[in-house]
Amino acid sequence: MSPRAAWRLESLGFTRVYDYVAGKADWGSAGLPLEGTSGSATRVGAYVRADVPVCRLEDGLDEVRRRVREAGWDTCFVIDGDRVVLGRLGRAAITGTEPGTTENAMTPGPSTIRPSARLRQTVERMRSQNLSSLPVTTSDGRLVGLLLREDAEAAPVSGPQP
Amino acid sequence: MPRAIERNEVQRLLDEEHGQLVEVLPPEEYEDEHLPGAINIPLKTLDRATTGQLDRERPVIVYCYDTQ
Repeated sequence: MSPRAAWRLESLGFTRVYDYVAGKADWGSAGLPLEGTSGSATRVGAYVRADVPVCRLEDGLDEVRRRVREAGWDTCFVIDGDRVVLGRLGRAAITGTEPGTTENAMTPGPSTIRPSARLRQTVERMRSQNLSSLPVTTSDGRLVGLLLREDAEAAPVSGPQP
Repeated sequence: MPRAIERNEVQRLLDEEHGQLVEVLPPEEYEDEHLPGAINIPLKTLDRATTGQLDRERPVIVYCYDTQ
């Protein structure tokens, strides 16, 4: 639709016309704000815990475990230099005692959702799949944070508890 | 010729060249959600009258929901 609009504007004499082809789906998926009656409050991005711990592939497990526990978490995301999610250290890895690096202990390629996902539908998914949390990334895989089910269910727009 | 651009270029045009965002979806979709500062001119209503509010000297960035 937007290419036709761009051409129509040119036919009307506009000379500096640009077509953002990926549109507002892309904008929201990048975690950028949207305005309107739905707006950002109905989206996952508004309820994300951005302070979830992160670590690198080469980090030592003992050090990561200590840091994660001290911060009051039981999970940690393994990211690269661009914050792209490579894997996740779950509760078993954090509470374990085996030595090594995060690369050895992580679960690679965890399922993720976009910040623009509708909260109500996401809560339904978490309930049906019995998920206590879901990592949130941008459309290009960069970590935004972690959505906790308890936060999502407490949101006014999440729908009634089953 | 209109130029297809990605998100980074949209942000640059907004920040550096006072770009004007135009959502071309129907009003109900615009009211539901839109990019900050965007105005709504549905594709079916694009004509000289409805575009009269746009500054011809500044970039005009059109968008819809996605590539459909």
